[in-house]
Amino acid sequence: MSVIDTINNLIKIVGDAVADLVVGILGAGQIADLVIMGLGALVLCTAVALTFMGMTWAERKVVARIQNRVGPNQAGPFGLLQPIADGIKMFTKEDTTPASADRWVYNAAPLIIATFALLTFSVLPFAPGVVGANINIGVFFVIAVGSASTVAILMAGWGSNNKYSLLGAFRTVAQLVGYEVPMLLNVIPVIVLSGSMSLVDIVQRQTLADGNPGIPFIVYLPLSALAFFIAGVAETGRSPFDLLEAESEIVAGFHVEYSGMKFALFMLGEYVNTLAVSIVFVILFLGGYAGPILPSYIWLLIKTALVFFVFMWLRGTLPRVRVDQLMALNWKVMVPLSVVNIIAVLILAKVFVTSPGLQSANGGILVAPEAQALILFVANIVILLSGLSIMARRARVLRLAEEAQIESRRAANRATASNFIGGAPAK
Amino acid sequence: MRTDFAFIGVMLVTAFLLMGVAVFAASLLRPKKPSPAKLETYECGMETVGDAWVQFRVQYYIFALIFVLFDVGGVLLFPFAVAFNVVPIYAVLVVILFLGTLMMALLYAWRKGALQWD
Repeated sequence: MSVIDTINNLIKIVGDAVADLVVGILGAGQIADLVIMGLGALVLCTAVALTFMGMTWAERKVVARIQNRVGPNQAGPFGLLQPIADGIKMFTKEDTTPASADRWVYNAAPLIIATFALLTFSVLPFAPGVVGANINIGVFFVIAVGSASTVAILMAGWGSNNKYSLLGAFRTVAQLVGYEVPMLLNVIPVIVLSGSMSLVDIVQRQTLADGNPGIPFIVYLPLSALAFFIAGVAETGRSPFDLLEAESEIVAGFHVEYSGMKFALFMLGEYVNTLAVSIVFVILFLGGYAGPILPSYIWLLIKTALVFFVFMWLRGTLPRVRVDQLMALNWKVMVPLSVVNIIAVLILAKVFVTSPGLQSANGGILVAPEAQALILFVANIVILLSGLSIMARRARVLRLAEEAQIESRRAANRATASNFIGGAPAK
Repeated sequence: MRTDFAFIGVMLVTAFLLMGVAVFAASLLRPKKPSPAKLETYECGMETVGDAWVQFRVQYYIFALIFVLFDVGGVLLFPFAVAFNVVPIYAVLVVILFLGTLMMALLYAWRKGALQWD
């Protein structure tokens, strides 16, 4: 095995060596399998928790730079030790449970949100052969586990017995539940193109290999990628969709009453969910770990960092949306556009097939994979632009109506004012 | 496949234990001096009036109902998408009709004003 191969498969080689060591000590069997799985899960959880610490630092630094501030710079070089200082503070902070809270629900909520956020990572492929569980319902599993955070947030809001928490929790349910629909719908075209729900197969389909053109799905489906990304931002409850913790309106939303380690677990859940959504976006639309020259895990890291940077960028630049705008964007724009997009993709993918086997089975026109990508790209862009133009026209009608109303009110005010010329009426 | 799902189970237990250990370790390290004022419900300094466990506005429930519509639709769409390459074009037409029915339901809710947040 050459040096380059060794570097490319570094994670797999180390993992296999540890597995061999465990089998050598315990002997092959179910106990050894269980120990290997436990070690793998422990390493995965620790790695994700460490990434969470890095993410908090990166986010504070980048958002500070966007807002022309310096950000953390006291603890260590460039403030790099800031997450550790925060961790020590969280560990030693007093942790109160309000007297009127529902103790079980209140204490279980942070554990549930953090556990299920970590659980998502068990099905994500990080490099060829490096995946916790390659299950055939991968995408479905990710979305299902991701929605567990909704339950945890509702538990936190209800269990706190606090009005702010409850308001935040109800907003969250309305928001997360609503944005799950475009998320689900925009995964469908990807599954149609790759023919599998397994995340490993979806990455394989975008890798340059026999029969595959190696085009990431964002080229096939730009509209789906955009809608999935917006839904992902809303699903993780980040700015500009951070209505669940709108600090200027409802203090901190569902986690008003939490402090100390339980608060840290909510933060962990939020950031780990963001990381999971970034990686899932990379896997579904940007080709996952596929890429030339560099080792595959480095490619995954670069792409995920780029997606997370866009998350931070949005947070640093956009103001928070209103509740009615949030709901209108979801149900009146994203869901109809996604459904139209699915219908277009279904028809086009059935009419323009890329393999002779499919053509002989169902008919259709045989085209090159690149041509199929181009056709789907054009269809996506046309749907997006027509949707935007309908929106623009509708917004114009609404704005003109509003302006006419304001103008008529002004005219009425002027008419009333002119009656009083020569002295205001006596009270 | 069975070992894959076993890993998910192991991961669930490991993640839960790890988070539990974090909370337990913090409970050993942190000070614990509760007082009646500290344990009050936080409301920006005001004394809380009444319970938060009250009946809530119904509009959230309506949005949840519309969500159920699409969620069940999604469950039906996923297996179809996996089998897309082997089904005949007739099945595609049926699914498009199905999506059209979903959109009719959304349109009905829209026209009835259920999507208007106020």
